[in-house]
Amino acid sequence: MPLRLLANRLLDLALVLFCVSAIVFAMIRLIPGDAVAIMLGANTEVTPERVAALRARIGLDQPLVTQYLAWIGAALRGDFGTSLWTGRPVIAEIGAQVWPTVQLTVLALALGAGLAIPTGVLMARLRGRFADGAMRVITVAGLTIPSFWLGIVMILALATLAPNLQALGYVPFSEDPLGNIGRLLLPAIALGLPILANLSRLVRSAMLDALVQDYVRTARAKGASERSVLYKHALRNAQIPFVTSVGVNAGYLLGGAIVVEQVFAIPGLGRLILGAIADRNYPLLQAAILVVTCGFVVMNFIVDLLYAVIDPRVRN
Amino acid sequence: MDTLRRRPLLAFALAFVAVQALMAVFAGQVAPYDPLKQDILARLKGPSAAHWLGADQFGRDVLSRIIHGWRASLAVSVAAVGAALLVGGTLGIVAAFYRGWIDRILMRAMDVLFAFPVLLLAIGIVAVLGPQSSTAAIAIAVVYTPIFARLLRGPALVVCESDYVMGARAVGASDGRIMLMHVLPNLASVVLVQTSLLLSSAILVEASLSFLGLGVQPPTPSLGLMLSEGRNFLMLSPWSAVFSGAAILVLAFGLNLLGDALRDTLDPRLRGQE
Repeated sequence: MPLRLLANRLLDLALVLFCVSAIVFAMIRLIPGDAVAIMLGANTEVTPERVAALRARIGLDQPLVTQYLAWIGAALRGDFGTSLWTGRPVIAEIGAQVWPTVQLTVLALALGAGLAIPTGVLMARLRGRFADGAMRVITVAGLTIPSFWLGIVMILALATLAPNLQALGYVPFSEDPLGNIGRLLLPAIALGLPILANLSRLVRSAMLDALVQDYVRTARAKGASERSVLYKHALRNAQIPFVTSVGVNAGYLLGGAIVVEQVFAIPGLGRLILGAIADRNYPLLQAAILVVTCGFVVMNFIVDLLYAVIDPRVRN
Repeated sequence: MDTLRRRPLLAFALAFVAVQALMAVFAGQVAPYDPLKQDILARLKGPSAAHWLGADQFGRDVLSRIIHGWRASLAVSVAAVGAALLVGGTLGIVAAFYRGWIDRILMRAMDVLFAFPVLLLAIGIVAVLGPQSSTAAIAIAVVYTPIFARLLRGPALVVCESDYVMGARAVGASDGRIMLMHVLPNLASVVLVQTSLLLSSAILVEASLSFLGLGVQPPTPSLGLMLSEGRNFLMLSPWSAVFSGAAILVLAFGLNLLGDALRDTLDPRLRGQE
């Protein structure tokens, strides 16, 4: 990739990250009423002294620009402040709970995206009025099935069929690798199904487009096997929309993971964020949203670069 | 009508959505019971002649709560998607019409909002404004605004380049008139298709927020809330949780199918695309 393009992309990235941080910074300041009194009211009696002390601690008594610079400067050094009630560094609380969510998201994405290719190819082979209609209804259903409901139904089914199997909760990978994957499998399936429906449909339509192209006819004419025609020649055509879609879906999955975690009692980001909202621990909430969104932006940036590697047309 | 006869899927989707929408609008008349009325003897009982889908932990009729839940879900989603369409659509058309720096600034602002994971941004907004059905609607509207702006800007660029827009300019029509009378009508099919698809996903976002306790507040019947309350009694009586979730699916499914069928009918070029 030409350096100029990379430099432009990096500049774009910096701009988006700056704006994201400004919006997240504005969050606490947009709370209607006195944010500090609201925060305090969750856990203690609100007295003028306590309000003043907390206000000074978060820096709300400074001019806005000073506040922002101090906040973002500290954040860039990895200091997101201390949690309002526990006094622990916010970043440590996030670090302790972000992994189950990331793991769940990645597993769901891998399941959804991985199965989408063979499913989509298989779906492309079934053609005809009835098959088209049936597949459309099935994929639309898959697309609109609420993951948190699917999770509940699966728990219910498992409790009936195999009452002894432990489906809820979370064990760290380092303690029990098999148990870790085992516990995450059901939530990942619940979370990944809509992605599977979405992506396999995309693969199918891209395959159908490709199968009538000249280069596929040429490949058949030169005697390539059906498997090679499908996977090597036709599927390449589907790569680009597929990669874009995976990037978009990652954000959707992360949000979905927050909800699905609640169903399976997984102590992840969802519990952290909901807890922060209940405790009105806004600095923690702010930091969590900032860290996750920036991670997400950087990931999409990498996907974009990948895109340029796959598609020579984007490079120029 | 002729189109509907030739497109059974569209006809089916339209009827499917219409029935649910009508039930939601006339929830008070259609629902067999008051959704808040407690029948202690029926508590956590399964489906019966009196309570077709069973009763919840307070003995409230699940079917009646689902019908009223549809109403709450649709009210929040329709308001949110309508506002997002109005704001996002306007921004998208304005960006396409003026191009240049206006386009760059507007779309860059949309990119920034788009950078946030949908549900995370919605949760953040609800947390700031306080959990309520109205703030859930605002959150969904903010999250969907950049989506509409992006979706409409592309087709609007094409329309703005067309001869009839140039013609309208030549006869001296004002910018506002051109956008409203010439550009907008030509985007009707895109608007119709995307509104229906996004309504479907808004239903899911609303249900997620309510499920997390960040949307509709009890005792107002809400599908997401029913699912989250029903979860606590899952092993005792799964009816409330299972049926309320199925009701979310049915509502989102109908709208998505409708958008899909509309896309085929209005724009065959887009068939099968996401």
